[in-house]
Order: sequence, then structure tokens, then C-alpha cells
Amino acid sequence: MADNFEPTIIGFTCNWCSYRAADLAGTARMKYAPNVRLIRMMCSGRLDPTFVLRALSGGADGVMITGCHPGECHYIEQNYKALRRFLLLRRVLAGLGIEPGRVKLVWASAAEGAKFASETTLFVEEIRKLGPLNWGKAVTGLENLQEEISKFEEVPA
Amino acid sequence: MNPKPKFAMYWAASCGGCEIAVLNTHEKILDVDANFEVVFWPVAMDAKYKDVEAMEDGSILLTLFNGGVRNDENEHIAKLLRQKSKILVAFGSCACEGCIPGLANLSPVGEIVHTAFNTITTDNPHEIYPRTTFDVPEGELHIPTLSKILRPLDQVVDVDYYMPGCPPESHQIAAVIDLVIDVLHGKANLPPKGATIGVGNSTVCDECPRARNIKMIKEFKRIQDIAPVDPILCILEQGVPCNGPATRSGCNARCPQAGAQCIGCYGPAEGVMDYGARLITAFSSVIDAKEPDVIEKILDGIPDPTGQVYRFNLAGSLLKASQDAWRVK
Repeated sequence: MADNFEPTIIGFTCNWCSYRAADLAGTARMKYAPNVRLIRMMCSGRLDPTFVLRALSGGADGVMITGCHPGECHYIEQNYKALRRFLLLRRVLAGLGIEPGRVKLVWASAAEGAKFASETTLFVEEIRKLGPLNWGKAVTGLENLQEEISKFEEVPA
Repeated sequence: MNPKPKFAMYWAASCGGCEIAVLNTHEKILDVDANFEVVFWPVAMDAKYKDVEAMEDGSILLTLFNGGVRNDENEHIAKLLRQKSKILVAFGSCACEGCIPGLANLSPVGEIVHTAFNTITTDNPHEIYPRTTFDVPEGELHIPTLSKILRPLDQVVDVDYYMPGCPPESHQIAAVIDLVIDVLHGKANLPPKGATIGVGNSTVCDECPRARNIKMIKEFKRIQDIAPVDPILCILEQGVPCNGPATRSGCNARCPQAGAQCIGCYGPAEGVMDYGARLITAFSSVIDAKEPDVIEKILDGIPDPTGQVYRFNLAGSLLKASQDAWRVK
């Protein structure tokens, strides 16, 4: 089991820096682990911790949050909010027995395709060591979970 | 005259506060009696499970179910009452989202039993633990078996309406009783299935009369560590983690008005999928720091972050329980 375990990782990228970094890594044909499913947001400050919890409860083994370097946010200082949410979320997850290493925060500028690629590969290896999480199946059953999720509609906060 | 419609109320894993809240509606309880025949209410009257089992399916018009589902007895009665009732209401925070008993989802069930029967405050020198089955000359005796985790009612059966609160406020219960009676007399329509009833549609902050400014928190404190609590200023602004920003309105902000932080008993506000996540967002937004180590130091002021953001909502949250609890064999 552990030998052929391929982690499922959800990555959140910001439109202005880290998504461009991923784009650059792609156009420069850098090789990195294919386990990350990227979701683009306008800013890391858009990251509601609900997204992370939904990913983990829905079967992801790890979540990677990426954004512009501190001081370089295109919306002035929203990446600091992402940082604070990440740090508090990690504490809450620890209380639920989820290893802090399953959620990672990476800063990557639009020029740092190589950093994005190497950090992704590194994270995949870290998750591979931690093993599968399998949260959704074990606690809720995936079918029910999807139904439950579709009951909700995002409303503006 | 037609026979009166039937009413039932049941408690599963709960404290009994919900029934007290119903009785706290004072003379309104007489309206319940005038308009309903109470067929099953273990706290208030003698009734046997077999009486309920003998009823026709759908013969009870309204069932208020309080308490979470913690053992096989709770589950059996939840399924039974679902079958026998036309309208099943998850009544109170436990049935809606797990409430305080749901915090037991942080611990494996063996540890819970051990704490209850064999810690320093319990006199149990022979280490006697309850057994779920026991043979006596007359046959085999059973007591309910605890499940791995506590589940809110809607994780076990289909629920028609939700009425949160720990307990639901009596004026809200009275309003719901009035509504149901109006529906019986054809003067009103039932809300759509799945609705949350007896609540407001905003957050506790919206109902809170305290003064609010821009929040810049440099230090989190516990309410007992600030004295005196400023009677006018927002409690979160005073550095006490107050759950108002994520919590549904409906209680008229009773706790903040009395000088204590909101603890979140009315559950997630309208449209909030995960209560804890919304609170993480709220607290993170008001921390006045940009350096990771400074932020960590401020966060140290919340000694139990999981309990803080999921105090009433763990069993009903996206993750539902800690890994220790559900992975146990």
C-alpha cells in the first residue's frame, strides 16, 4: 500500500504571483510531481479555511497554499491575512489530530517557477511519508459528502 | 371534533436543558396541550418504546428531537421517530450540530469511558467497567453501546427543520409553537423543508449593541483575565475571542449584553458551511501583526483553538471528529 501510494494534493494559487510561477514552470518545461491539482484564486487572501477543510474531508492528503511574497501582494496586504489564517488553521487541525505538515504555505513570485516546482515536489514527498489521510471515506462516506456539499451555496460574507 | 394532532419530544445525548427551555415558555405550554395530544415525551410523562413502535407510520404530526446520536439506543429511537413522524425537528444545538457532547469527538471512546470510570475523582478500586451485555438467569441483559463518534440527527435520519440554540431561547420556541398552531388552523404555511426555524438570519454581532471600531488585536485574553470588562466596547476588541462574527442571530446577543463573550451556541450563520473556518477567518482578520513569530505569540493567547472554534459545532463540521476518535478500532 505505502509503496504505490500517490498523494492527492490540492494547491491554491494566487492569480498574480504563484499561478504565474506555476505557469512559468510549465512553459520552461520544468519537471515536478504531478500530484497537485491547482485552483486559481485572485489572491491568497481569498482563501477561506473552509476550502482547506473541504479538500481534506473530501479525500485530499495535503493542501498547498501559495501566494505572493510578504510585502508584494497586489491587494496591499491580503497575503498577511492568508498567513494568519494558515497559522491558526494549523493549530485547529493539530487539535483534530491532523499532522501540521499536511497543510503548507509557500510564497512564490511570478519569476520563481523553479521554486514552485521544487517546493511542490518536496511537499509531495513529505505527504508520501505521512501516508494517506482518507478522511472522507472513513468518516462520512464520499457519496454522502458530495450530497452534503451540494446543499450549500456560497453566499457573500 | 377531530382528534387532536399528536406531539412527541425525545432526548438522546443531551442534558435536558432543551425540555426546561420548552417549559420556560410558561403558559404557552398550555397551548401545546390544548392543540396537541402528547403521545411520547419521556421527560414529562411515562411512555414505553413499544407504544411508539405500535403506532402507525406518520401518525405523529410533530416531533422535537433534542440530543445527538451517541449510542445504538439513540439511533434506534431516531429512526423510529422518523418513521412515525410527519415533521421531525432537530431541536437544540446537540441535534443540529453536536453541541458540547460533540466535543467528545476529540477523544477515542475507550478514553472517554476510562475518564468516566477510572480517574482520580472516581472511586472505582476494583476497576469495574460497564458491559454492554450481561447474562442473568432470566436471560441476557443489554445496555446501549457507545458509537465511535457522536452524530447530529441529520447524519442519521432525514430532518425536516432545524432549531438551534443551547438551549433554544424560550421566546423563539413560543413563536414556533404559535406558527405551528397557525398552520394547523390554516392561517399560515410551513417554511420550506430543511429550513432553520426560530432564528434570525444574520450574526450575533448584528444584534449586539456594543460599540465597534476597527479591530487591532495585539493580545488574546480570557474573559476572567480582564477586569472589569468594558460595558460599552465590543468584546472581541477587548481581546477576548468572541464567537459572535460566525454565529447565527436569534438570541438578542444575550451573552455579550451580559458582559461575556458569545460562545456560539446558535451555530453557523446563514450560508456558513463550516463554523470553525469562519471563526478562523474572523480571528485572523483582526490580529495586528505581520511577522510569523509575532502572530504565533498572539495565537498562544487562545489556549485551545480547536475547542474555541468548534465548541458547539465539532460533530456538525466538515471534519466531524478528530483522527484519534474515528480511527479507533
